[in-house]
Parts: sequence; structure tokens; C-alpha cells
Amino acid sequence: MPESTAFLRFEGVVAGYGGGDVIKGVNFDVPQGGVTCIVGPNGSGKSTLLKTVSGLIRPRLGQLWFKGTSLVGLTPREILQLGIVQVPQNHSLFKEMTVQQNVELGAFLVKDKKVIAQRLEHVTEIFPIVAERAKDKAGSLSGGQQRLVEFARCLMLEPELVVLDEPSMGLDPKTLRLVFHTIKLMNKAGRTVLLVEQNARQALRMSSYAVVLENGQLRLSGSGAEVLNNPEIGALYLGGSIEETPKAVVSTPSEL
Amino acid sequence: MTTLLEAKDVSRSFGGVKALAGCSLSVDKGSITGLIGPNGSGKTTLFNVITGYVKPDAGTVSFAGHDVTNARPNKIFALGVGRTFQLTRIFARISVLENMLVATQRDESWLRGLTRSKSSKSELDAAMEWLDFVGLSRLASLQAGSLSYGQRKLLELAYVLVADPDVILLDEPAGGVNLTLINEISEKIRALNKDGKTFLIVEHNMEFVMKICDRVTVMHQGCDLVTGTPDEVRNNPAVLDAYLGVSDEEVDEEVSNA
Repeated sequence: MPESTAFLRFEGVVAGYGGGDVIKGVNFDVPQGGVTCIVGPNGSGKSTLLKTVSGLIRPRLGQLWFKGTSLVGLTPREILQLGIVQVPQNHSLFKEMTVQQNVELGAFLVKDKKVIAQRLEHVTEIFPIVAERAKDKAGSLSGGQQRLVEFARCLMLEPELVVLDEPSMGLDPKTLRLVFHTIKLMNKAGRTVLLVEQNARQALRMSSYAVVLENGQLRLSGSGAEVLNNPEIGALYLGGSIEETPKAVVSTPSEL
Repeated sequence: MTTLLEAKDVSRSFGGVKALAGCSLSVDKGSITGLIGPNGSGKTTLFNVITGYVKPDAGTVSFAGHDVTNARPNKIFALGVGRTFQLTRIFARISVLENMLVATQRDESWLRGLTRSKSSKSELDAAMEWLDFVGLSRLASLQAGSLSYGQRKLLELAYVLVADPDVILLDEPAGGVNLTLINEISEKIRALNKDGKTFLIVEHNMEFVMKICDRVTVMHQGCDLVTGTPDEVRNNPAVLDAYLGVSDEEVDEEVSNA
């Protein structure tokens, strides 16, 4: 595939933090319009790989193409302007600012106050907590509640590619359902999703494409169902109980 | 069974938000007690009150017959209550192994801590053993700050285990950890429990909670809503309503239909 047609392409990406390479030559394409999931053990380089997309670290070697534009060397702000927004893994809200201020900051590239207000209204429909706790300091929210506000904030730029680092972490079952549902909605509304998730079985079921990362290299790639049903991957990273997951579940026709 | 750790009618507000509103919890000696509840129901605040990081506005906390209601964190730790944090707290600028060695010194006087220069062989061995258990032994000499988030969680788990407390409070031990390792961790918790360790675990991974806990307390809006066996709790309508929303099977089905 020529580079111009790939939505997001990793091409021989090598990256790390100075103390050796964490990502050791990764090649794959993230298809447009889908949900792509990166699976792998702790420390395999999943978060590092996401940081190369959002520009938080610069690959030492290799290339990253977003719709034909090279992302290597761009600042995180320039990458945001291209339509790529990442929700980081660690809690990243400004704790002394209110919930609403935090969410509005997500639209810092937008100057039109009317547009900001409209988008705020829109994300509030998906995340009611933004209105319920609008005037509370973000630091007074629980861990899971802060997570929701972070998602709300990321939607304020109406990104084309949403990069999520373990979106389900710290969420109660009800909220987790809401978040996975929201990811589906975002995807249906045309946003491509690239995510890292340790809640891998559920994430893979809703992924159109998945890659397994091991020690900084690609071990396997395929559809979410293929990776989910790969016996070796199941034993290594999915709790070894993959046999218990009936295959029928994967191909259940949509009732939606 | 005797009660080892007990919080009674604990309340605590932050500004206008009532994080705890008369919450009670008791942990039997030798049990694995689960603490679940929606985001914002006060689980972590209760942990913070029990371990002395937050002072309650009202209510009492007792551990093994001691009133520890307003005791400092280091005193509660020295008495034998160890904990991990939802957001990891490690010393980022020292090595992984050095982090572990700090934890081995829980009941040491400040004078000994000042004068000694080395850790003993048995402390080193214990530190390496627990690092090995969580799969971090090959990273022992790395700066702890270079670990990934999941690895930091694992270091914290090893860190609290090496300190050998009587009761171990774990705040979301399965969060951000890969599924195979979660299973290994739950096996290890069970083995430690057989050797007499008591656990209090906050966790959203229901499979994990249902598999290893003897008793589960469900919190809702700063109060304890229900306490019972995992099965009793899972089938309790109030819990379904406040926490689970729908049963696990329905969630699985819904997600698979994505």
C-alpha cells in the first residue's frame, strides 16, 4: 500500500527513553474507521508506542505516517491540529481547576466560544458527570470519575483518531460498560480508535483489528477475533482461559 | 472468626462532598475481604482513613485491639497494616531493588535506619524473591521511574508483600495488569492467605473479586450498602442497581455485539 492511502502507518519504528530501545522496529497499519487494539504484557512497549503517535516521544528510527503526512518531528500540538487526540494512562486533569474548566481546556485550539459551548453540551450528553460536577475541583473526584472527565475532554477537539491508553482502568463495571459503549459510539460517528487495553477479552471483541506487542516487537496481528482465539496468545496474555470463551460469542450477530 | 480490622461509622467530607457518610467495615482475621462499589463511592477514602492518610470527621478505626483512629500512617504501617495505592507511589529516582529494601525496614527505629549502611542478606533475598514473583527481577537494577505503569503497580504489590504486614490492603491490584498475571497474583494471594495473611481488596475486576474473596462489602455513596458472600452480593438487587448495572453475562454479550 502506498503511504498516501494508509490512515496511520508505523514503519520500522524504534523508540525509547534514552536508556535503550523500548520499541524495536514496529510495522503495521491502523485501518481507517475501525477500532484497533494493542495487546501485550506489562512493559512490552504499548504505552511507548502510543506516545510516538501523539508526539510525546520522537522515534529514534523509522517513520509514522498519518494520511500521508509524517508525524516524526511534529510537536504534540501540531499532531493535535491534525486531528489525533490521546487520553493518557495516568491521571492528567488539573486537580485545582474545576471539572468544566478541565473539559473546556480540551478545546484549547478552538477560538470560537460558541463552538466550545456547543461541544461542551454535546459531551455532557455522553458524560453527565461533566454537568453534575461542573463547579467541583477535578481533584475532589474519585479516580474513575476523573477518567470520565478525561474522555469528555478528549472529545472537545472532535478528533479523527482517538488514542486511548487503557480506557477501562479503574472503572466500575457500570462505568466500564458506558465507556466501551462510548468508544463504540465515537467509532460509529466516524472516529478511528487506537487503544491499549488490559481488559483484553472485552476490548478484542469490539476491535476490528488487533496487534500483539511483545518485548517491543510485533508478535501477531489480525482481526480482534483472530487474536482473541489464538491459543498461544490466550495462554500468555489473556488469562489462559481463552478456551472458556465460546467462539460463538465472537460472531454473535449484532442486535443493534 | 475474630475481627482484625474494623471501621465504625466513619464519616469524612472534602469541601462540600461527603466522601464517607457513616461507613462501617469489618475484616475478619484470616479472611480475604473484597470492597467494591461504584466510582466515587468512597472506597479509596476509606482505605486512606484506615491507613492514617486521611483523618475521619467522625467514627473510629481499630486494628488488632488498638484504636488507630487518628494514628499516623507510619505507626499504622509498623503495627502491621500494609497497603498499595490506586495511583502508584514509588521512589522514582532509586532502583527497583532499592525500593524493595526500603519496604523491608518497616519496624526499624530511626536510629538504626540512620546508622546502618547495608541491607542484610535475608532482606536482599526476600526482596528478590518478591520481585521475581511479580516478574520484575530482571529489572531490579533499573531506576524505578523507568517502569511502565503496569510494572509500577507490580512493584508496589511486591513492595507491600515484602514488608510482611498482617493485613494487606490492595487498591485495584488487577488494574492495568495483564490477565495471565492477574491469575497468578490471585493464586499467590490465596497461598498467602492460607499462611494466615488477611487481605482487604478494592477491585473492579469482578471475576477476580468473586474468585478469591470470602466476603464482600459493597459501598454506595459513602456508606456500606451490603455485606455478604460473593454470591449473595452478586445476586443482590441493590448491588445490581448501584454497581453492576446488569449481570456480567449481559455485559459480555453487549460488548461482543459491538
